[in-house]
Amino acid sequence: MITLTHYMTLSAVLFGISVAGIFINRKNVILLLMCVELLLLAVNFNFVALSRFMGDSTGQVFVFFVLTVAAAESAIGLAILVVLFRTRRSINVQDLDVLRG
Amino acid sequence: MSNIYLAIILAPLFASMLAGLAGRLIGRAGAHTVTIGAVGASFVMSLLVLRDVLGSEGPAYNETVYTWLVTDGVRMEVGFLIDRLSALMMVVVTFVSLMVHVYTIGYMHDDPGYQRFFSYISLFTFAMLMLVMSNNFMQLFFGWEAVGLVSYLLIGFWYTRPTAIFANMKAFLVNRVGDFGFLLGIATVLAYTGSLDYATVFGQAPALGEQTIEIMTGSPWSVATVACLLLFVGAMGKSAQVPLHVWLPDSMEGPTPISALIHAATMVTAGVFMVARMSPLFEQSEVALTTVLVIGATTALFTGFMGVVANDIKRVVAYSTLSQLGYMTTALGASAYAAGIFHLMTHAFFKALLFLAAGSVIVALHHEQDIRRMGGLRRYMPVTYWTSLVGSLALIGFPGFAGFFSKDALIEAVELSTIPGSGYAAACLLIGVFVTALYSFRMFFLVFHGPERMDEETRHHVHESPWVITLPLVLLAIPSFVIGWFTIGPVLFGGYFGPAIAVTPAHDVLGELGREFHGPGAFLLHGVAGLPVLLSLAGVASAWYAYLHRPSLPDRIRRVLDLPYRVLVNKYYLDDFNEKVLARAARGLGTALWKGGDVGVIDGAIVNGSARLVGWCATVVRRVQSGYLYHYAFAMVIGLSVLLTWALSRS
Amino acid sequence: MITTIIFGFLALVLVVAGFGVIMARNPVHAAMFLILAFVTSAVLWLLLEAEFLAIVLVLVYVGAVMVLFLFVVMMLDVNVAVSREGFTRYAPLGAIVAGVMVLELLVVMWAVDSGLPITADLASVPSSHSNTREIGMALYGNHVVEFELAAFILLLAIVVAIMLTLRHRPGLKTQDVAAQVKVRRQDRVRIVKIPAETEP
Repeated sequence: MITLTHYMTLSAVLFGISVAGIFINRKNVILLLMCVELLLLAVNFNFVALSRFMGDSTGQVFVFFVLTVAAAESAIGLAILVVLFRTRRSINVQDLDVLRG
Repeated sequence: MSNIYLAIILAPLFASMLAGLAGRLIGRAGAHTVTIGAVGASFVMSLLVLRDVLGSEGPAYNETVYTWLVTDGVRMEVGFLIDRLSALMMVVVTFVSLMVHVYTIGYMHDDPGYQRFFSYISLFTFAMLMLVMSNNFMQLFFGWEAVGLVSYLLIGFWYTRPTAIFANMKAFLVNRVGDFGFLLGIATVLAYTGSLDYATVFGQAPALGEQTIEIMTGSPWSVATVACLLLFVGAMGKSAQVPLHVWLPDSMEGPTPISALIHAATMVTAGVFMVARMSPLFEQSEVALTTVLVIGATTALFTGFMGVVANDIKRVVAYSTLSQLGYMTTALGASAYAAGIFHLMTHAFFKALLFLAAGSVIVALHHEQDIRRMGGLRRYMPVTYWTSLVGSLALIGFPGFAGFFSKDALIEAVELSTIPGSGYAAACLLIGVFVTALYSFRMFFLVFHGPERMDEETRHHVHESPWVITLPLVLLAIPSFVIGWFTIGPVLFGGYFGPAIAVTPAHDVLGELGREFHGPGAFLLHGVAGLPVLLSLAGVASAWYAYLHRPSLPDRIRRVLDLPYRVLVNKYYLDDFNEKVLARAARGLGTALWKGGDVGVIDGAIVNGSARLVGWCATVVRRVQSGYLYHYAFAMVIGLSVLLTWALSRS
Repeated sequence: MITTIIFGFLALVLVVAGFGVIMARNPVHAAMFLILAFVTSAVLWLLLEAEFLAIVLVLVYVGAVMVLFLFVVMMLDVNVAVSREGFTRYAPLGAIVAGVMVLELLVVMWAVDSGLPITADLASVPSSHSNTREIGMALYGNHVVEFELAAFILLLAIVVAIMLTLRHRPGLKTQDVAAQVKVRRQDRVRIVKIPAETEP
């Protein structure tokens, strides 16, 4: 039978994959943003699963808000990326080191 | 009456401040008028005080004028103890100071630092009076240090001369060594009696004689011995006893008036005065008395030898001063305190006279000081000649003059003493009489008699000095002649000092001498046939023979006794020892501490090192700010893992 | 039984899609894999009987956000070949970090007594029960303020996105409506008095 364990394990694995993705990606800022989306997906997964197994709909309401914020965040992130590309002609993460100490 | 004491002390102080701070305002005439007026007033008032003290039979005036601070039961005060001893000292100090003030008008006539000089000598008078009038150790120490300071200022008066600066530093540093011992002595007294007041301390003197202190484990010393030895170290510095005598010959770099005032009559006698004042303490310790005796006798003899080969007129008188200080100290060591003070008084007069006369000669010869370039000045400077003769006869102890009475009494007292070391001391003093006569009349004959060895130019200008110079000479010559006759009875044997000086019956040599005393005339007749007078006449005769009759003799003797001569000329190599061993070690220590401690540790490691450490830390931490997003994301993830681990491990 | 098989299959697809996102050479491929991940997730949520959110996920996330991503990916002219170096250098470290995180999340589930019904079955709901209605009641009932705030956030996002990327082209003629409205009669019309001319 599919229990809460399975869903939470799946969510954890997805989370791990996206963390690894953030870390190993050095060349493309877009990939970074995509990994963040994956991160949020994993979390939403967790919320929905727990909400359903515990019978509380608050979890699903919260997913709603997370979705909203994720959309807004990706829109703005991409806008920044576009402007960055216009000025620097590169989306290589290693080139974005102006704030280095 | 207390107002008079305050006036005596404060008048020179105010005059000094006026002349010093407002010197340019009041001009030269103003400066010397105000200071001479003040010191003259102090002298007159000191005579009044002396008369008052001689008249009264009650206890001495011992009052506190001002309490400076009280801490933990120790009172530090300004107070006056006016008894016979301090009254005598006050008269001597103010009289000689007054003479020197008048003399300075003539001597420093052309000097640009005229007002400054008067300010300093008035300040000195104030400091010396504070010292002798004090009733507690604190004030004594203040006066002690103050006279040392003014001596420093005056020796280096012509501060552009490197020799003067060397001399004043030497005087100050050697005095400092003495002062260190002095301070330890005062501390010992304070520690064991709990008070700095003379009356309290002397009251507990017998108790101090009983108590012991262990300097090194297993060898207990009497507290009185320790305290007296340390106090005497101070006296050794101030009164120039061997080996702390090295500063006095160099102090002749200062102008002659101060050589007369400070280094003959007053400052150097502060040590002698202090030991006499501390007589209740010294009587408790035979060890201290022996030490004083032996050191004094050694000084008296060996510094006298140095005077025989000196060629600078002031140096000869300086060595003579050293020798006579040795005599005074020896008397103190033999418990003949009154004799020591008596000799101090007579010596003040005739030594000041000799110094001032030397100054008169120097001025007349346009600042020539080498006696080998003088001679036959008798014809040109009669007043100086006769007063110098009086002074020299007083110095050698010629019968009838002041020095005879004080010296003879002193020598007889030492001979009668039973304190260990007195035999050696008596021998030294007797030989010293011969040596004293030898060098004094060597100088006298070379300067005033014999062929004229100065150059033509100078000889034409030689003439007697003006009255401002010769008047003090005459006024000093009078006491050098007569004061001995009149005062020996009362002072030495008439119980003049009363309770001021304490002598235990076992040591009471003056008492013994007093039983045989039948008045000054008898003393004179008894002395004429005595050994000291014979030795001094022999000395005069030798000087006459060697320097007037056969002038080639000294050179021949010098060739034969070359090694002793060189030892004496090099002052027993003590100066070289001090310079090469002690001073070099001190300078080396200072350099090591500077380079190693200051530059290396403090500047290098602590100040610069901490700055470097901060910089190095910043360089390391800076790597965290890489600017790369993925580094920051990684950091966030790591932080998250750590937090998670920590949260999990707690639950 | 069949649920288990479906779940297993979907889970597998999801994980593969996840790996695809991070390991794809071409960013367009990565975006595609992400879309796959979202859709698979939506189906998994359907399995959980959270159908409203499943559809919302597809509509909003795939329909809007991923489209946006694809826009940007294709708009930016990136040298693709450069993009994929250095992958193997950091892979081990990344794997370790990810592995640690996953382990800890699993520890939370298994080792810690948290009161979660981790071994229970899914409570079945009657078919008349509407998930949408349930969410609606909760959203507009208890969490209205948050709802309004979420709307505000979206407004903010619009404004920011436009403000950041809008460029003014020089030499372009546009209407300035504010200036048009501000015009006064005196600026446009001037009355000139001309005397009438009569015929001689």
